[in-house]
Amino acid sequence: MSSVRVAGVGLTPFGEHPNRTTRDLFAEAGVAAMADAGVDAEVIDAVYFGNFVGELADAQGHQGPIAAECLGVDAPATRFESACASSGVAVRHAVRAIESGDADVVVVGGAERMTHAGTDAATGMLATAADALYEVSAGMTFPGAYALMTDAYFDAYGGSRRDLAHVAVKNHEHALENEHAQFQFSVSVDDVLDAPTVASPLGLLDACPVTDGASALVLVSETVAREADVTAPVEVTGSGQGTDKIALQDRESLSRTPATETAATEAYEAAGITPADVDVVEVHDCFTSAEVFALEALGLFEAGEAITAARDGTTRRDGDLPVNLSGGLKAKGHPVGATGASQLVEMTRLLRGDHPNSEYVADATTGITHSAGGTVASTTVHVLEECT
Amino acid sequence: MSPDQDQRRGHDAFLDAVDADDAFYVECSNGHGSLPPRRACPHCGDQQLAERSLPGTGRVQAHTVVHVPTEEFAGRAPYVTAIADFGPVTLTGLVVDSRAEDVENGMTVAVDTDETPEGDTPALVFVPR
Repeated sequence: MSSVRVAGVGLTPFGEHPNRTTRDLFAEAGVAAMADAGVDAEVIDAVYFGNFVGELADAQGHQGPIAAECLGVDAPATRFESACASSGVAVRHAVRAIESGDADVVVVGGAERMTHAGTDAATGMLATAADALYEVSAGMTFPGAYALMTDAYFDAYGGSRRDLAHVAVKNHEHALENEHAQFQFSVSVDDVLDAPTVASPLGLLDACPVTDGASALVLVSETVAREADVTAPVEVTGSGQGTDKIALQDRESLSRTPATETAATEAYEAAGITPADVDVVEVHDCFTSAEVFALEALGLFEAGEAITAARDGTTRRDGDLPVNLSGGLKAKGHPVGATGASQLVEMTRLLRGDHPNSEYVADATTGITHSAGGTVASTTVHVLEECT
Repeated sequence: MSPDQDQRRGHDAFLDAVDADDAFYVECSNGHGSLPPRRACPHCGDQQLAERSLPGTGRVQAHTVVHVPTEEFAGRAPYVTAIADFGPVTLTGLVVDSRAEDVENGMTVAVDTDETPEGDTPALVFVPR
């Protein structure tokens, strides 16, 4: 089985780009990743592209061919849609294509464009990640779904809005120096607690923003890295995917996210690591509470223990286990189809030392990324390690 | 309607049954409950399915007051969406006939249907009991 190296990465600025097309956003990220890798279009074997709501936001389906042609690539191209985990799943399949020997050089990433639609329409688009028959029809929004999970978590384990506010404060602080982040400003605990309620107990500053943007990586086989003399100091050593029932009402528990546990178990086994080996983490914090759910399901904290991790400093950039040094979805932004791959972009830069926050993880060798679609019904976990 | 057709009945039929005070759920031969349409149990894959009467009341497991709604529910906000445990199955509904601040986890509710503000799709609602 071939190992998988990250040869290059690229991101657009995350934020509001209402006048740019999705294909232009992905072209910017993809061309940047190819330049970072030092590879030309003709060596690329496949393009894997994540996008969530192209049909609703841009009246554009069938985006695989667009993703290839906007990069000047003539190779098989496929779009992946798994809600907020769309490009996490795309990465998962790119990794497997290289591991299996089917491909040597793959461009993988994603793009999303939503801000032009306005808040009401964006809320409706995001709600399509929930169950249309049994959840959206009962007034469930996406923040509402995570609010229900948060309410159940507080009932099961305790915790408070103030605990969650510290997650927002931390992730905004981490994004201050990230040139790609949508929110490069600080917020206080009081700012978060005083923000308008979106769906109780979650307020506006517990939620990630609506974002336009794109991400891309060039993944290569070890053979190509060696023979073509491509500099690729980070390896994807583990990949896992999990699925749960789409509707919260069909889950065993409202406060646990077993699809993350499934993906993590598979990824850790493939990499030959345990949670104790993890030095740095990027998780899917679409809401402050989502970071808490993820850290517990990834085995990094016991059930009920991650709620205080930001407040006590453990997950801050100067803590024992830095989480979301990019700023997370919360502050970096969440261009839905681009998010999963963007986490690997950020982690690669953190490990190879050219991220604005790399100094906080100078000794780190092992990082994990966690992508979650819907209310954690679709998940991927990837393990990235610095090559020795 | 034959038993085979019964078990395949869809979401609309489920809402019609709720509206007629004859709510049902789908049970597999291993005793797992689910909601239609089903041809296989989502919990164990069993394809021996039968309709059973939904218990008359359930208990709220979790709830939220939604202040920023989808466009379809804009006329209702703020409103309470809750998940309630009815024993063999769990349902998601809008809580009606109660002030938002009076809704609590553990409270007893019954199911009904209600027209959405748009009027095109009935919504499943929970009525405090």
